[in-house]
Amino acid sequence: MAAYVSSLSLLKLLRNLPGGVSQGLIWGIMALGIYVTFRLLDVADLTVDGSFATGGAVTVMLILAGWPAWAALLAAVAVGMLAGLCTGLLHTRFGIPAILSGILTQFALYSINLRIMGMAANKAVSVDKYQLVLSSRNVPMAILTAALISVALVTVFYWYFGTEQGSALRATGNNPAMSRALGINIDHMKVLGLSLSNGVVALSGGLMSQYQGFADINMGRGAIVIGLAAVIIGEVIGGALLKKYINFWFTLLFTVIGGILYYVVIVIVLWLRLNSNDLKLFTAIVVALFLAVPYLRERRISSFAKFKRKGAKSDA
Amino acid sequence: MLDLREISKTFNPGTINEKVALHKLSLHMDPGDFVTVIGGNGAGKSTMLNAIAGVWPVDEGRILLDGHDVTALPEYKRAWLIGRVFQDPMMGTAPNMQLEENLALAKRRGQKRGLRWQITKEEREEYRERLHALGLGLEGRLTAKVGLLSGGQRQAVTLLMASLRQPKLLLLDEHTAALDPATAAKVLELSDRIVEENRLTTLMITHNMKDAIRHGNRLIMMNEGEIILDVRGEEKQHLTKQELVEKFNALSQQPLESDAVLLS
Repeated sequence: MAAYVSSLSLLKLLRNLPGGVSQGLIWGIMALGIYVTFRLLDVADLTVDGSFATGGAVTVMLILAGWPAWAALLAAVAVGMLAGLCTGLLHTRFGIPAILSGILTQFALYSINLRIMGMAANKAVSVDKYQLVLSSRNVPMAILTAALISVALVTVFYWYFGTEQGSALRATGNNPAMSRALGINIDHMKVLGLSLSNGVVALSGGLMSQYQGFADINMGRGAIVIGLAAVIIGEVIGGALLKKYINFWFTLLFTVIGGILYYVVIVIVLWLRLNSNDLKLFTAIVVALFLAVPYLRERRISSFAKFKRKGAKSDA
Repeated sequence: MLDLREISKTFNPGTINEKVALHKLSLHMDPGDFVTVIGGNGAGKSTMLNAIAGVWPVDEGRILLDGHDVTALPEYKRAWLIGRVFQDPMMGTAPNMQLEENLALAKRRGQKRGLRWQITKEEREEYRERLHALGLGLEGRLTAKVGLLSGGQRQAVTLLMASLRQPKLLLLDEHTAALDPATAAKVLELSDRIVEENRLTTLMITHNMKDAIRHGNRLIMMNEGEIILDVRGEEKQHLTKQELVEKFNALSQQPLESDAVLLS
């Protein structure tokens, strides 16, 4: 035990933290997309596991084809929105439950992503040969760039969801029956929200592929879980820090911060030399715990079990 | 104002659960009419309101509203003509959104929703005044989440929302049934006031015979998807609960057994 503790170098942890922060920021951008579907539309959209990789694939292939990196990112957003559109139409036009529609699109995207990458499972894009938006080669710059993009996105979302259209979208997720009665085409709103969300997810995938220097067919695996983790950690931390002063802008910002915190924890876990193959198990447990917190807190206030305990006491 | 022409609706046709909910039902309402609707369970009262609102398409017949044939329009496309308050206080408002956001959503009922900011300053003033007029102290809670309000408050807000943009027709579907008697009376009084102030053409379902007699200028009784009694004006004002029950028993050829109706 003593040997294990003394083998942990604090310096090494500090060296690895910035990398964790930059990756967390990129995942945090994806979490913004997931926030739109999970919290605003009240849909768990599983398309994202596919559209994250799609964003990476499109970005890398276009950069390799000579496109400027920023234009490749915009194209990735457009293709991601198409993926969301597919899920939305499967759900609204064909009556397939939202969660299944997402799974179907995600499944199909695997083949499509392979085709985008010319039937290769991964494609490298070297920062030495191409001008990239950000790269793990220069972590401080990557953090700055990703942070700027995050704050810009948070601000755009804050504005959009405060407009007439954005508020109609939120109403659709909150009370569909009322929304219809007020003349809102809720099918349109769902399709719009899913497209928007997957556009942002693809953007994040495009950033990640540049950061790590390659796109991989499996890079989006588990993205939904990481996104949910970020959303939930952000809510809990934001709520605890700002209490009732939290507004929508901060809620969105804390979603990104949730992504950073998630990744910092991952870095610490790896630093403790836990087996990295256990990471997914670890993540699932963390997400399950955070998802359970609101329910358990509610139960502590009012529960049958409380009466059972009380009853046992008064009988005694 | 409203013209129902021989509308029919059968649920689950061809199955063991087949139910004729509306049978060649016709109803004409003049502008400013306030019609109360009574009838036993399964008489087709709510079905008629849902048919008008466009929750699903009817099987046959036409629905005309203010001269527009809306029969083929889905719910959201006829919403600009219709204000609604539901039986369930949870149904008429978005609980996680602020009070003023709910009102702003209703203010734009059936309008194009673009990229302008959802609430203007003048609107906020208007909402404050309209809420003040409700007399529930809600004018100070514009930014509170509607989910924090009580059932009665939420029904009052839904009423306000239904009338913020003048509807051609107001549909009240037993909108006080889920409230305690004192709150129900207050919400009913408020409904009367809003209908009168805006001179709204109104269709109100109620389980309460006394309310059906006291409110509105016309009363219809439904049974098995048809209108079996239609009284208005003088005649309606002099109706008694006793007479209504007798009429119901005579016309429907089946005793009125619903305790809710008898005891109310």
